[in-house]
Parts: sequence; structure tokens; C-alpha cells
Amino acid sequence: MTRARINEVLGFTLLWLCMAFCLFFLGAILYFIVVRGAPAITWEFLTEVPRRSMTQGGVAPAIAGTFYLTLGAMLLAFPLGLASAIYLCEYSPKNASLNIIRLSINNLAGVPSVVFGLFGLALFVKAFGFGVSILSGALTLGIMALPGIISASQEALTAVPQSYREASLALGASHWQTIKKVVLPSALPGILTGVILAVGRVAGETAPILFTAATFYTRDYPTSPFSEVMALPYHIYALMTEGTRPEQQTPIAYGCALILLALVLTISAVAIVVRQRQRRSYGT
Amino acid sequence: MDIRAIRETLYRWIFAILAFAALVFLVGIILTLLKESWPFFARYSIFKALLGHSWYPTAEPPEFGMLPLIAASVAVTAGAMVVCVPIGIGSALFLHELAGHRLRAVLKPTIEILAGIPSIVFGFFGMLIVAPFLQNLFGIPTGLNAFTASLVLGLMAVPTVSSLAEDALSFVPKSFREASLAVGANRWQTLTRVVVPAAGSGISTAIILGMSRAVGETMTVLMVAGGAAMIPRSIFDPVRPMTSTIAAEMGEAVTGSPHYHALFALGLILFLITLCFNILAEIVSRRFRLKLGLGR
Repeated sequence: MTRARINEVLGFTLLWLCMAFCLFFLGAILYFIVVRGAPAITWEFLTEVPRRSMTQGGVAPAIAGTFYLTLGAMLLAFPLGLASAIYLCEYSPKNASLNIIRLSINNLAGVPSVVFGLFGLALFVKAFGFGVSILSGALTLGIMALPGIISASQEALTAVPQSYREASLALGASHWQTIKKVVLPSALPGILTGVILAVGRVAGETAPILFTAATFYTRDYPTSPFSEVMALPYHIYALMTEGTRPEQQTPIAYGCALILLALVLTISAVAIVVRQRQRRSYGT
Repeated sequence: MDIRAIRETLYRWIFAILAFAALVFLVGIILTLLKESWPFFARYSIFKALLGHSWYPTAEPPEFGMLPLIAASVAVTAGAMVVCVPIGIGSALFLHELAGHRLRAVLKPTIEILAGIPSIVFGFFGMLIVAPFLQNLFGIPTGLNAFTASLVLGLMAVPTVSSLAEDALSFVPKSFREASLAVGANRWQTLTRVVVPAAGSGISTAIILGMSRAVGETMTVLMVAGGAAMIPRSIFDPVRPMTSTIAAEMGEAVTGSPHYHALFALGLILFLITLCFNILAEIVSRRFRLKLGLGR
């Protein structure tokens, strides 16, 4: 074998190892969380409120809290994100505003999650007086989810063939009619998968809700947008760092991690599968 | 002007206004951070804060030396890069060069799944599985240290680096590769001497964005890094990066106290660091796209 050939074999082996290591790590996480979390999952665990200062009972309020926070975040991020994407793709302004908006989206996407938490704390919790509440947390999470929704919607809108728009305009439809009746309906599956992916991300976020929405211990379900809530990701953190009985809290934390992981991965898997179908649908 | 034209203009304006939401939020974040950290910078010298060695925010009088926290962030991020750059780029090259159609269709979503795992789950896994494992392996007093944090953080950043690097590789024109193979180079030589250099700045963008993600990551380091506010002397020392300091201490800091404002000052520094990374990534990727003639 020549030296070049030996290098090639060695190099390719190295690439195989890199990929194998990724898969091994993913496998290890899934294995440990599933194996150790599964014993905790019972019907009671999913449907009851916690008892005996978090050492017994279920985590239903945390599941409900995560649901409300995610829903609220999407109510803010989806309309704003879609509108931004429509403006950028369909009206495609040919001036400085396009660049400014694009730059802000990219930079907003790069802001660390804990900084979003600080922003939410200073603005929503303190300045607006919403307090530590679902509302503050959902607004913070919504702003954080915005860049993702914009780029997913942009991708879906640009994938719509230009000929669709031209055909509609040629028939005498106006610009807005074309967007509403032709472009949006064909981009809709793509936009929705982007939203689903964002839901998966938002549901697992912890740092932005640390000081804006989450609380370790409530026995009740939230009653209004202004109540503080338990949330699954925060609950895992709190079980590991607070409380006095780690030996009883750790199994509960494993259970929470399994629920969260199952929730987030199911959501993303659905979105990924739908998106792959969607990408094929224009024959690209 | 008929009613239709009015409606068209109206919609155009509504979308234009809503599209500026991202800018409004970004400016809002900057203003909030400036406003809340201003009282800190007004009272304590910036240089003293940045170069001070002791972070005792609740002592009397409090000390706000941020150097241990900044050093911890730098150390953990650098360590994470050592893990995620080779593995991320290696797996991207694997997907690009070695994986067939079928394998790619399975592996790409798998990497995406890895990216979708919440950071709290990584932290939890690092704390309960990786840390005890490394503690036994190396016989060190605690598994919660800079090394473990770097390792977990690096693996978390792999999907970011991998998928962006793979995108960059796929933008390299096929003709480059064909030309190299035609003059007798083998696949490995073509990959390392033609394809990778051509995708070079795209891959750099991937690395910069991976770094940006690692330096801003909060929950994982909060749970795994150990939390001691000291300048690390070895990679097995427990550390307290900026993100975890904010997350751990904001809950107990009294609103309006020096401690509260100091944490916002940390947030501002953190924000500026990631902003620099993002702008750098923007510049590099623009150059990359121009080089390959892709336009914007």
C-alpha cells in the first residue's frame, strides 16, 4: 500500500470514529434516562400533585406549567415570526431595512438564554409589574423562540416555487391575495414544522424561566396568568439542588427527565419527519 | 385610489412594522442590560471589577472581582472546543464524504435529535452519570469540575458545529472535487486539500457559532462545573462560569442591591462576548459566500 492510501484509510477510520462517538453519547443519554426514569413513571406520577415536600406524589402541576408556558410563548412568537418572514420573503424590501432586520434576527438568535432571563426579570417581572408569573415567563420564552420561527418560516416561504406567485399575479390577483391564497397555503406545512420544532425547544428551556416564572414548590395548579408555576425542566434542577432528601428526590428527577425527554424528542421527531416529506413535495 | 390599493398598502405597512420586532427586542435587551448594570459601573471601577480576584458578593463590604468567573468561562469554553471541533467537523466530513444516501437520511435527523435534547437533561446526565464516572476513573476528589463541564458542553455543541460545517461542505461546487480526483488525488487528499480549504471560512463560521453557544450555555455548567469562584489552577478544579453565577445568585440577590446590579453587569459582558462572536461569524460567512459566488 502506498503512503497516500494508508493515510486515506486512517483518515476515514477517524471520521467513522467521530460519528460513532456522537451516536454512542446519544445512546448513553437515552439509555440511562430511560432505564432509570421508567420505574418512576406511574399513572399517579403523571396526574397527581407533589406531596411531602416533593419526596412523594406526582408532578402533574409541572407538566401543566410547561404546557402553559409553551403555549403562551407560541402565542407571541408565532404571529410575530410569521409576519416578519412574510415581510422579508414576500415584500423583499430592497433597502437597508432588510439588512438591519436580518442582522437583528441573527444576533437575537445568539443571545445566551440566561441573558433572556435577566431581560425578562428586569422588564416583565419588575418594570411592568407582572411578577414571577406565567405571563412573564411566556413573554421571555416567546422572544427567545422568535428567531427560530422566523428562519423556519423563511425557509418554507422561499421553498414555494416562484412560478406559483407568477401564475397567481398573472390571473389578476393582488400581491396580498397571492400571499394569502397561494403562497401561505403551500408553505403552511413547512411553517408548522418550524413551529413544532420551536415548541420542542421552548418546552425544555430552563434558564429564561429561572427568575421569571418558575417556582419549586406549589401544591396547586396555576389559576391565572399571574401565578407562578412549576415547570418540568426547572423541577429537575430544583430536585437536584434544593430539598433535604436527595435519595428520594433523585428518582423523581429521573422520572421528570424521562417525561421531558420523551415530550421534546417526540415533538422534534414528528417535525423532522414531516419536514423531510415536505422538502420532497416540490420535487427538490 | 380604490379600496384594494389601500388594503394592499395597509398590509405592506403592517408586515413591515411587525418585522421590526426582532430589532426592537434586541435593542430592548441592550438597553435593559445597560440600565440595570449602570449603577454597578457608576460605583465600582470597570478595571477593578474585570481584574479583581475575589468574588464575594454577599460579604461585608462585598467584593465583585469578576476575573475568576471570566477565567472559568474561558477555560470551560476552550475545553469544550477541544471536544466539539474535532468531533463536530469529523462527523460533518463523515456525512459529506462517507455516508451513503440511506445512512445520511438516518444520521442527519439523529444529529438533529441530539441538538434537540434540552440543556437541563445534559446537565442532569453530566451530574449523575459522567461526573461520578470520571471521578472514579481519575481518582479525583470531585467529578464536578472544569474538565467534566468542558466534556459535556463540548458534546452539546457538536450538533451545532456538525450541521453548520456540513452545510458549508455541501456548498463547495462538485467540479472542485472532480478536478482533484481527475488529476489523480485520492478521496482523502481531495477532501483535506481541496474540499475542506474551499469550505474553510464556512467551517470557521460553524466553529465560532459553536463557541458562542458554549460560552452562553447555562444549565449544564450550573449543574456540572462545581461552582467554586476561584481562578482554576488545574483542569480538575471546580469552577463557576459567568452564566452559572448569574443563574445561581440572581434568586437570592435583593432587587436594587449592588449584587443585583453586578449580576446584570456580568450579563452585559456575556452579551457583548456573544455579540462579538456572532458579528465575527457574520463577516466570515459573508466572505465565504462571496468566495464561492453564492451571493447572499
